[in-house]
This record gives sequence, structure tokens and C-alpha cells, in this order.
Amino acid sequence: MKTHVQTEINGEAVECLIDPSTTLLNMLRNDLLLTGTKEGCGSGDCGACSVVMDGELVCACLVLGVEASGAKIETIEGVADKDQLHVIQEKFLEHAALQCGICTPGLIVSTKALLAQNPNPTEEEARYFLAGNLCRCTGYDKIIKAVMDAASVLKEAS
Amino acid sequence: MSEARQFQHIGQRTIRPDGFDKVTGRANYGADFRLPGMIWGKILRSPHAHAKIKKLDVSKAEAHPDVLAVATHQDFPSVNSEAFAAGEAMMDVLDLARNVLADKKVLYHGHAIAAIAATSEAAAAMALNLIEVEYEVLPPVMTIDAALAEDAPLLHEDMMTQGLTEPATTPSNVASRMELKKGDVASGFAEADVIVERTYETPTVHQGYIEPHATVVRYDDKAPSLVWASTQGHFDVRASVSKLLKMKLGQVKVIASEIGGGFGGKTTVYLEPVAMILSKKSGRPVKMIMSREEVFRASGPASASRSHVKIGAKQSGEIVAMEATLHFEAGAFKGSPMGPGCMTIFTPYDVPNLFVEGYDVVVNKAKVAAYRAPGAPQAEFAAEMAMNELAAKLNIDPIDFRLLNAAKEGTQTIYGPKLKEVGLVECLEAARRSPHYQSPVGEGCGRGLAAGFWFNIGGQSSVTLNLNPDGTGTIIEGSPDIGGSRASMQMMAAEVLGIEPNRLNPIVADTETLPYNQTTGGSRTTFATGMAVIEAAEDVVEQLKQRAASLWNVTAEQVDYKNGVVLNLAGDDQMTLAQICASAEKTGGQISGRGNVNARGAGPSFAVHLCDVKVDQETGKTDVVRYTAIQDAGKAIHPSYVEGQFQGGAVQGIGWALNEEYVYNSDGIMENAGFLDYRIPLASDLPEIETIIVEVPNTFHPFGVRGVGETGIVPPLGAVASAVSDAIDRPVTKIPCSPPHVLSMILNQG
Amino acid sequence: MVAVTYHAPTSVDEAVALLASSDLPSKVMAGGTDLIIQMQKLVGDARLIVDLKKIEGMQTVSIDAEALRLGPSLCCAKLTRREDVKALFPGLVEAAYLIGSSQVQGRASVGGNLCNASPAADTIPALIANRAVCHIAGPEGERSVPVEDFVTGVGRNCLTAGEILTQIELPRPSARTSDAYLRFIPRTEMDIAVASAGASITLDDDGICRDARLAIGAVAPTAIIVAAASDLLIGNIITPDILAAVADAASSASQPISDRRGTAEFRRHVVGVLAKRAVSIAAERAREAV
Repeated sequence: MKTHVQTEINGEAVECLIDPSTTLLNMLRNDLLLTGTKEGCGSGDCGACSVVMDGELVCACLVLGVEASGAKIETIEGVADKDQLHVIQEKFLEHAALQCGICTPGLIVSTKALLAQNPNPTEEEARYFLAGNLCRCTGYDKIIKAVMDAASVLKEAS
Repeated sequence: MSEARQFQHIGQRTIRPDGFDKVTGRANYGADFRLPGMIWGKILRSPHAHAKIKKLDVSKAEAHPDVLAVATHQDFPSVNSEAFAAGEAMMDVLDLARNVLADKKVLYHGHAIAAIAATSEAAAAMALNLIEVEYEVLPPVMTIDAALAEDAPLLHEDMMTQGLTEPATTPSNVASRMELKKGDVASGFAEADVIVERTYETPTVHQGYIEPHATVVRYDDKAPSLVWASTQGHFDVRASVSKLLKMKLGQVKVIASEIGGGFGGKTTVYLEPVAMILSKKSGRPVKMIMSREEVFRASGPASASRSHVKIGAKQSGEIVAMEATLHFEAGAFKGSPMGPGCMTIFTPYDVPNLFVEGYDVVVNKAKVAAYRAPGAPQAEFAAEMAMNELAAKLNIDPIDFRLLNAAKEGTQTIYGPKLKEVGLVECLEAARRSPHYQSPVGEGCGRGLAAGFWFNIGGQSSVTLNLNPDGTGTIIEGSPDIGGSRASMQMMAAEVLGIEPNRLNPIVADTETLPYNQTTGGSRTTFATGMAVIEAAEDVVEQLKQRAASLWNVTAEQVDYKNGVVLNLAGDDQMTLAQICASAEKTGGQISGRGNVNARGAGPSFAVHLCDVKVDQETGKTDVVRYTAIQDAGKAIHPSYVEGQFQGGAVQGIGWALNEEYVYNSDGIMENAGFLDYRIPLASDLPEIETIIVEVPNTFHPFGVRGVGETGIVPPLGAVASAVSDAIDRPVTKIPCSPPHVLSMILNQG
Repeated sequence: MVAVTYHAPTSVDEAVALLASSDLPSKVMAGGTDLIIQMQKLVGDARLIVDLKKIEGMQTVSIDAEALRLGPSLCCAKLTRREDVKALFPGLVEAAYLIGSSQVQGRASVGGNLCNASPAADTIPALIANRAVCHIAGPEGERSVPVEDFVTGVGRNCLTAGEILTQIELPRPSARTSDAYLRFIPRTEMDIAVASAGASITLDDDGICRDARLAIGAVAPTAIIVAAASDLLIGNIITPDILAAVADAASSASQPISDRRGTAEFRRHVVGVLAKRAVSIAAERAREAV
């Protein structure tokens, strides 16, 4: 039997009807057509499906869609303000911090969560916080440079 | 092109044209596509590594109301053994058919047996349980030794070893043998003062792209059928589907989705032909996505290898002979990259006497696929480890030792041609000057270095460049963009046209829009597709000149084109590209350029990597504490993405050297089929990856480009393992240098 | 994934009633990071999922003069951000911090880690070292068990039908007491422990060890208390020789297996190394703890 889910995604009230076994990831991708959140493993080991749920960074593949009822979800689709990219997104482009780009939405969501709780991370802190976001193309070097640069820009702005 | 040339756009660090879509989640990858009426396909996979299929009954599944189609090997029109070019390697159609859906035998755990299309993903998965299969389980053949044993069970009872001097008379698990030679190694070794001879081993590893294989297929009888696929080569997906299902090339239209990593692993087909059968039978579009577990078990990993290497040198450091015997696992069907392994192993060195033989061995593992410089990392790991040991025995600095013997312009390779201008000497010298090599080795640390070589390829690329009436345009290319190549295409076209790169939008077009384009692989795209882009842009320039000339009533020879402007040499008229486009209607219609190339002269790329590690002597755990990748790019079109290729290759190689390996149990079942236990490097595992771009231009490319994508994974195996050897003062002959392996080396030898 | 019926009760009684009266095989969910993966592999009948996170007190943590009282479903990310908890139980926080990635910590909880009862669970040795007590509610009322008795085998715990874990209580450490937790993994993050050690050490003003408790993980079906280590430590100044003996004691107490994550031989060796290092760090911290 399907369950009615009412939730808030990127500030918008959203509802859908899902099987209770559906993960938040599949609900976002298949039922709400928000395909910016990617699936790399389905077991919480790659971070491609990183989203923020009620302020905590989580893997959407390890959350049931029904748990989103009454929660606030933030996905990659909500990071930019219309055409205006977030500083983190700009820095990823400027530093060439992506090659294939499949891990990028998850990394940007995670970076935003990192800087929200630690606006001034050391490089080591950034590397450990983002350890759950696998990237196979870049060797992480340019990602970390983009993250550190975004942190310093955001810090100056605040 | 030996002199440095000034460029306007090339060498800049522009923002990639597909960047906005990729940082906002808008880019559509393999799994992001849907079609009206779409249903879901799932694959039943073998629970055994080696078994005969005694019975396969799909009738109960077919009868289930949620099931709309079932596919088995019997749905392929009869195909015969026939080699065809697909992706980076030759493929046998019959093997491909039997890999995509097993015929009479299953040859690895996870081997596809049948597929179901149903109304939902869950329903399809559930219905797989309704398929009845009876097996006669056979002993699995999981190692090179087991495959070569006298009484080894045979994977293919009709397989005769190819390439023997005397034709084989009995079948075996050795698909082929090859040998290459130069000079006479016996007399070479006779002159040697010091010889190092060892056997080295590397494990089965996976490319580890983050995006699982995914496709959506809609069969159509009256119009071209549609295939949406995450692939490095949609034209070769078309070729494979067409060969397997006996469809005309024009009956299959393949759209390449954005691709979430491939590294060679997405140069063949797994799901697409199966989805085509399911779509044809169900009359519905069918979507198929592999799970991560399926990716590990049943896509194409890279060969495990065993390499016996012998190198002899004089006390002066001059190498007199090099010899190797390579065994490469092919997986379930013939076709490991043993050939490129043999060809690359000693190419960094100019040595008079060489002998290499290689064996392609089938085992009960998934059929291997290309992985970044296929064959070279395994083979050159062995050579570089022996080189470092020999340098130490001779008491010569490992960079000096390599410089003494380095391949350079004119060096006769073992595989045929003489090298043209190459940059190994320059890379070695840059390595020696690097801050890394100049720094002392830290307390408790070890340092290693290794060189690497990869040929690179050219091949066929076709590009159309369309201009709009306002002077903007579209670069239509057919090379799936796996790492930012659209940025380079944009820059190369802009360089020729003398306009800002962002006025041209590069797109990767489907198989109906352009003629055949070879797969993105072999580090060919920036080189060969770049040449097609340049040719197309030059075609446009010629047309712009003609259009302006006709307006000014002069000949094309009387006009010049510079910085986006046509100049009348006979007067002082000038027109910008945009002005000519705006008036194109009056001068003969709109303007488009074409570049169809079969590029030759892909310049090889050499690299040298430096690695410092710290080993916990009590646990055997190795941390990479400093790493530098130095490589010849010919000319770096977009330096950031060139550095990114060096860094990405280095880190994949670090993973291969330290922790990555397929762990099989005694039944031949992979025990670590997930990112939890197949341990690819994490951000926290790594230091900064320092890079040095060396530029020795490739004279065959208008801008001097060499492919850079693959070479970077060749040196790290040797660089990391040599650093571990140095840190624990024991010779490493086997990777990965996982903690249990390193600890046992520390504890077991004095 | 198997079909499920999902409930998120708001009280312990409601949860207990749901579990006790269900016709379906039931599963209790905290963070879900183990459960959702396990459900994906299940086939057959539907399962009842009872999500405990909406029950009051399940996601709170408080410290008073006697104890730390931990809501079992509190996610590790929230726990590890608590400086007051970190000050008293740095080892427990280290263990919670090591469970999976930042994303997994946004969901995974100490209670879930405990109930899932993996031999490699990171928080269990740390809880044992700190003499944690599990409070349980069920159809028959409430009861409490020491944490070392809570886990009964690989993936098994002492909860009976309808029972849930409602609170984990750690007695407040006395003066000059602190803890540490270390695990061995091949990478720096993300992996499951190949071997682990949690230690709590109490020193007196002269630096003599007055209490010591060492638990080791991933080297037996359940975490093991190394009693011999306590005997070696208590009453003595902690010297390198004693640490070496502690390492041997931990290695001897271990009963490891070989699997994809490490050989038995490797685990036996490494658990000793971790044990002495954890004891040493805990002692160092105890010296500074007031």
C-alpha cells in the first residue's frame, strides 16, 4: 500500500505517493524527477546522493522516503539561486574540480554542509569531512582547493 | 613545431561549457533519462563461477502479469565468431553475445543468464526469482597458475592457443601467445655486470567509475531504434548492438548521455543489446541500471598479471639486455591487454637487446575491459621495480640511471616504429629539479619513483562547426566528454577563428548527426577530435574569406583572416566574423565547416612520478605523504584539465598499489563487491598531488598536443611500491601493499 | 527491497505495543544506516518497520553529576558536536565519529550501532570500557543490563520480542579518568574496523593506575573485555613494558577470523598494537582530566 508523503524540498512544499520501502533517493529521482541527486552505490558508501535533511547531511539512499514527511530536505537543485551560482559551485568550476561530474552534486551539497558547521576548516578537516564523497576522476586535489577557496571567499563575505 | 608559439586562448584556464549543468545537477547521465511508457529491465546472474547450464526455464516468469518480456541468449540471431573493432580493442561477436547473456555455460559469478522487463524495477527484480535454472557446477579456475595447470578445467573446450610457433593440438586456457624482440638478449646478458631478476604480481582491480552502467532503449521497427547510454563510444555501442542483433547501422540511433566516469570500462556493451531485445519483445521503452554490486561482479575489471622480468646492466649503468614473460588474465573470454603490456614494458629505455613474451589466459572472472593505458600499468610496474632495484645495486641515482638509458627521438621500439620527439628526458630532468626530489626524505618515510609510457592513439573523428547569423556557433563533435574535453574543443576552435571561446557551444551529437567517431579512449580525444575541430574551423575560415572576398569583389588570395576579422589586402575593408555571418544569406547561405579526420601521429606521452610514503611499522599501514606527477603533454590546451588527468591517474594508481583488489573466496565469488570493501582512495587518504606539465610539442598536431589521459596511471604502481620497499627495506614484488601484506613483509624477513 | 509497513510511534508504550502486536516480522529503526541495506537484501514477506526517532528522549543527551544519559537514536553527528560529551568521554566520541562518513553520521546512532551488534561495531568497545548500562522497555516492563551483556552474538542482542532500547547510561568518570578508542582500517575513513580497542583509565595523583578497563572489537563474535590487561595495569605506573604486556594480553584474548577485511594473524597482531596505544592515550588524557 502506498503512503502519502508531504515534505519540503528546497523551500517548496511537495507531496507524493510512494511505496514505504522507497528510499528518499528513489523518491527524489523517480517520483519527483529531481535527478540532480545521483546514485553511485545505493549503500551509503559513495556520497553521490548527499542531501541535507533537517540540517544534517545524509545519504538519500539510507533514508526512507516516508521519513521525509514533515522534514525539510535540501538538494543540489536548491543550491544556486536561479542563474546565480553559489560560491561553492563557482569555485568548483574555476578550479576545474570536476571531470565527469557525477560526484559533483553530492560534493557541493556536502561542502555546503561542511562550511555551515565549520566556516574555517583546515585542509585536513575538509578532507576528512568529505571522505564519504568518492571521486574517481580528480584525485581530490582540485576539489579540496575549490573547497578551501570557497571557504575563504565566504568568510570574507560574512 | 619546435619553437614556442604564442596562443590567444590555448593554455588559458577557461570555465568549461558544460560546467553550469554539472554543478547544478541539471546534467543528464545514464540513469537520468526516461521515456513515456518506459518499463524496467533486470538481469538474472549466475550464482556460480563456473557451471554448465543444464536447464533454463523462463516460462513461469513469462506468465507473471507484471512481466512484459524475458530475454535469453536464444534471442540473439545466430552469430559466429568474428572479430570487429569496438572501443579500444578488437572484440569477438560470439564472445560478446555469450558475455552479455550466457549460452551453455556460465563463466563467472555474476555472469548474465536472462533478463526480465516488468512494470517496475521492484517487480522485475522479484520476477527474476521465477526463472528456473539448473547447473552442473564445475571447479572454478581463479588464478593464472590454476589456468595453466596440466589438468586445469577448461573454460572453453575448443580454445586452441594462437600465436605458438607450432600450432596447438590440444585445447587449453591460454588464448594466445605473442613475442617481441630486438637484438639478442643472451649475448646482452653475457655483457652484464649486474642482473636483477624477479617475478611481480598485480591483482584484479576495477576502474571504479562512480556512475553505474545505465541505458534506456526503445526498439522501433519503422524508424531507427533509440539507445540512450552512458558510454565512452556511442558509435561503437551502435556497432555492437548492430552486430549482435543483426540490425543495420542506420536502424540504431545512439545518444551518448553525460558519462559519470569510464576509464576504459565503458567501451563495451553489457545492457544495451539486452534492453533492445526486451524492448522489441515488450513493445515498450526499457530502462536498465546496474547496481554497484553488478558493476563490480559483471562489468569489465582490469587484468590481474604476473610478470617475470630480467634486466642486466654494466657497472657504468648502461643497460645491456631486458627480458620479460607476461601472463595476463583475460577473464572469461580471450582478450586481455597482454599485447600492449608487451609493447610498453620496456619502451622507456633505449636498450639494444630486448625480448618479451606474453600469454593471454582465461579464468573464471568477469571478462576484462580496458582500464586507462590498458596493460601498461601491470607490465611497467614490473619493469620499474626491477629498474629501481638495479639502480640501487649499481649505486646510481634512479633518475641518473634512467637518464643514462632513456628512450628519445630515434630510439627503435620493440614493437615497430622509431620514436619521434618524446619528452622522457625532459620529464626526468624536471623530476630531478622538482621541489619534491630536492627535499629530504622524512623520518620513517620511504621514497620511490617510476617512469611510465603510453602510446596514445589517433583515429577517426568527425566534427561539424555551424555558425549562426549573429556570429555565435556550435561545435558538433562525436566524442563523449569524459573529463572536460568540450572545453578544449571550444578553445581550439576559438584559437583558429580568433574569437572568444564562449561564442562556440560544443555538443556531443548522436550517431545520426555525424559520421563515425571512434570511442573516447586511447587518450585520443583532445588530439584527434581536436584535429577535426581545427580542420572544421579552418574550413570555416576559408569560407569566411571567400564570402568577404565576394562582397569586396576580390579573390580569396587577396584577403587575410586574423583575430576574427577578414582583411582586404587590396584595400582597407574589413569585416568581422559576425558581420560575415549576418550577411551570409546574401553570399550563398549559412556557413558551416567540416573536419573528418583519421588522425595519425598521436605522440606518445611519458611521465615520471615521485612518491613518499610513511609506513606504520607496527601495523603495516602505508600513508602517501607527498606525491608529484610529471608528464609530457605536448601542449596543454587547458592546463587545469591536463593537471586533473595527471592527478586522477596518479590517485587511481595509488589505489591500485595500496588497497584495491578483488578478493575471491574458494568458490570464485568476489567477497568485496562494493565501495565499502573495494577500497578506492578517499580525500582523507591523500596529500596534495603536485603536478609538473612538461611540453615537448607533438609535431603531428597543429598545436603540439599529445594525449594525456592514460599515461598518468602507469608510473604510480612502481613509484608507490618502491617507496614502500624503501620504507621497510624489503623488496616489494606484489601489490597491493595492503597493511596485512606489508606487515607480513616486515615481520617475516630480517 | 522487501515490502514494508512503516510506523513512527511517538511514545515508548506505543512502540512496544506495535512491536508486540504485529503479525509481520518487525524491525526497529534508529538511523537506518544498517537496516535499509539489510532490507534491500531481504525477500519474501513484508516487514514492519518501527522508527523510534520520534519518541521523546530518543534523540537527547544529558549529563549530570551521576551520569551521561544518551538517547539511543541520537545521530552521531549531533553527539560528536557536543563539546561537553567530548570533554568527559573523548573515546566514546571518537568511536561515534568513526562510524562511516559525515553522511552516515547524520543518521547512524550509538543505539543502532549497539543493537545491530556487529562484531566490528565501533561504539561497543568504547561503551564497555566506560561501563555503560542499557535501559530496556518491553511488554513486561523495564529492565537494565550492562552493555557487555547486551550483545549476545554476531548480529544478536538480548532484546526479546517487543523490547526496545530506551537509554544508554554511562556513569560519570571519577577524577583523573579518561578514555580512548582506536580502530585499525586500511584507509583513513569509511572502512569497517579490522580490529579495535577501547580503554578507560583512572590514575591517582602519583600517576599510578587505579582503574583500567580494556575492551577489544572485531576480533571475536562480540567485543571482549581483556581482564588480564586490567590486572597488568592496576596498581602500577604505566610503563612501556607494561604496555607491551597489555598488547600481548589483548592479542591472546582475541579470537579472530580471516575474512575479506584481514587475516586472523593480522588481526591478532594489530589488536595488541591498538590496545597498548589506546591505553596509552587514555592514560595521557586521564593525567590531564580533573
